Amino acid sequence: MNGDQAMRAHSATLPSPVFEHPAWVTPPPLTRSTVAIVTSAALYAAGDEAFGAADTGYRLIDRDRRDLVLGHWSPNFDRAGVAVDLNVVYPIDRLEELAAAGTIGGVAPRHVSFAGNQPDDVSTIRLDSGPAAAAALRADGVDVVILTPV
Amino acid sequence: MSVLAHVFEAAGIATVVLSSVREMAEKTAPPRALHCEFPLGRPLGRPGDAAFQHDVLARAFALLSLPSGPVLVDHPEVIQADESPLACTLPPRFDPSLPPAVDEARGLRRAYDRALARRGVTSVGRVIDADGVPGALAVLHAIAEGADWKDAGIPGGNTTAVCHDIRTYYEEAALELADGPVPGGRAVEDWYFEQTEAGATVLKARAAIRDGGGKFPVWFYMTPGQR
Repeated sequence: MNGDQAMRAHSATLPSPVFEHPAWVTPPPLTRSTVAIVTSAALYAAGDEAFGAADTGYRLIDRDRRDLVLGHWSPNFDRAGVAVDLNVVYPIDRLEELAAAGTIGGVAPRHVSFAGNQPDDVSTIRLDSGPAAAAALRADGVDVVILTPV
Repeated sequence: MSVLAHVFEAAGIATVVLSSVREMAEKTAPPRALHCEFPLGRPLGRPGDAAFQHDVLARAFALLSLPSGPVLVDHPEVIQADESPLACTLPPRFDPSLPPAVDEARGLRRAYDRALARRGVTSVGRVIDADGVPGALAVLHAIAEGADWKDAGIPGGNTTAVCHDIRTYYEEAALELADGPVPGGRAVEDWYFEQTEAGATVLKARAAIRDGGGKFPVWFYMTPGQR
């Protein structure tokens, strides 16, 4: 079993919360939607606060920043890909291209990064930091988020 | 990610998840998910391939037009992690008086500096910077050779952080040295742990800490779990 297979098999056994009444939002047409990225790669802008080992918080990343540090604490995934091309985790240049082409309405002014290695109960991101990050994006007029896992 | 999708959706923002573990997406059932069986750490699949990344995004955004959910669909392409170590020349032995990993790390410094100058940012820096890598490897070498890990002077007192910094230093240097196409998932990890003196030193130090009574979190996260 290779590293990815081992990690996928392990992750599949982790507990997951049940959402009894999941929300469903119908967004505006994509051509009029403002889109943001939410990643769990623990990326943060150079000079911003680094992620701690059990960090349940989030960092906001301004749209024009590309000098991002990978602050994830798990050793169990490839990091070379994002070192070569940020977009393989954080597709900010792809969103800019889609906006320029009129495929999406616009790129959000700020994007969000969490750390993927959360405590098993995920209670903080569910009840505290997650809603706070969502409120920040709502204040920026975001209609759609694309979530990219690490 | 699937939990956050529920949270953001409840706040009034439509979401699409690029799933990396299908069973988790099935259990957590985010409103919309595109499962991407790609190397972990590469949710858009192919570094440096804008066309492929656009294909992933187009398939994900297409889910936004569906009237109800949850919906979980698969990207049609599967990309396996590359288990062949990156082909990357290592510096020759320069100072035989030093532990091999220390000598090796010193020899990679120029490549690391070129990578930093080109990229403008580094992910080395949790507890040491590039200047601290040879010294950190000297500490791990001593542990591997029998020194008591508890008073060996592990930088920052944090094995996970220092091992992240050393590995990142090597990986950023290697990407500067290697020719050819973008390496596949795990190829650089395989190079580091299977071909470098530093990787071998970390593995030996990890085993020594484990066998020396270190608690699980102290030694386990020094390397990927399968090692």
